[in-house]
Amino acid sequence: MKNDAPVTEAELHAYVDGQLDATRNAAVEAYLAANPAEAERARAYARQNEQLHALFDSALDEPVPEALHVHPARRAASPMRYAALLVIAVVGGVFGWILRGETPLTISTSLPQQAALAHVVYAPEVLHPVEVGAQEEAHLVSWLSKRLGAPVNAPHLSDAGYELVGGRLLPGEAGPAAQFMYQDARGNRLTLYVRTTADGNRETAFRYAKEDKVGVFYWVDGTFGYALTGEIERPQLLRVAESVYRALNP
Amino acid sequence: MRDANLFDEHIPRLRRYARALTNDRTQADDLVQECLARAWEKLSLWQRGSDLRAWLFTILHNLFVNDLRRRKNHPELLTLDDEALDAPRRATQEDGLGLRDLQAALNCLPVDQREVLLLVGLEEMRYDEVAKTLGIPIGTVMSRLSRARERLRAQLNSTGPTLRRVK
Repeated sequence: MKNDAPVTEAELHAYVDGQLDATRNAAVEAYLAANPAEAERARAYARQNEQLHALFDSALDEPVPEALHVHPARRAASPMRYAALLVIAVVGGVFGWILRGETPLTISTSLPQQAALAHVVYAPEVLHPVEVGAQEEAHLVSWLSKRLGAPVNAPHLSDAGYELVGGRLLPGEAGPAAQFMYQDARGNRLTLYVRTTADGNRETAFRYAKEDKVGVFYWVDGTFGYALTGEIERPQLLRVAESVYRALNP
Repeated sequence: MRDANLFDEHIPRLRRYARALTNDRTQADDLVQECLARAWEKLSLWQRGSDLRAWLFTILHNLFVNDLRRRKNHPELLTLDDEALDAPRRATQEDGLGLRDLQAALNCLPVDQREVLLLVGLEEMRYDEVAKTLGIPIGTVMSRLSRARERLRAQLNSTGPTLRRVK
């Protein structure tokens, strides 16, 4: 900005806070020299900053209480995690129970709820995240295909930055379901939940659901319902869901 | 993969900010504790290499705002803590009066203005960092800052002399 441009309100504040470049700093100084009322205002603002420090800087020197040394190791046993799990289980159960009375045979736990529940149970698992690891991918795929009664694929998501960890068999709505687990370089995990659909051979758009902190994109494609689940932001999850869809429909 | 002391250097500043924000030592430390616990849980969402301080302050901001909302809906949770209003030990008698006025005026500011004023004036964040931390446009940062400062100035000009006369 040029030196002789009029001084803005924002620049007056930036001057007080030392966030102005040298050229404009000089312009503001000239402006204040010519406008005593404005100079007084700038001085008052600067005094507010000083007083804030005088009031609260003592907090910086105090020893940090033991309670504030929150340790990451507690994370695995975090009550929040169990609470989240419980909430999902209870909500799922209540939904199932309420809906049961009305349409007893066709509706049970929804695809995203079931996928989120399975994700929360297995994604934090350190020792046994999967039943069959990625190194036995061919075996994993043929085994799950056999149990689900239709050919299942474990899509490759390297382009999206996720590598296959492995998979496991789970009880689904009307039979077995499969869960594939993926992990990125930082150890963040996503799971792809696959189950056969009751009425087969239709297609739906991507839908999004959120269960506590767990986001789920789910869709039906032909024989299978898919749900991609993870604790990442919605746009990132959508990006991976699109990769999954492309990998399954080359 | 994780560094157990990753957040340590930021704790004193988080405490200072929380204390200024809440005007209550206990509530402030509870807020910081909750913030750190949440940060460990969500660490996978933090983009390594990006500004950790801004990320932590964002978490603290969200917790504080949610907490306020909850208290608003359940006013019985509001507690009055006289000790919270104690004057800072470092201040001299003469200073103390001006500082106490400022503290009182600060508490009267709307929360969104108080947050911006504290992040700029106390935490000394750059305006674009404040915008990122609070998730608002930089223009909003500037207008809130301007309103906050003008409001404090007006309040200190009017209440200051009255208080002094009483004394």
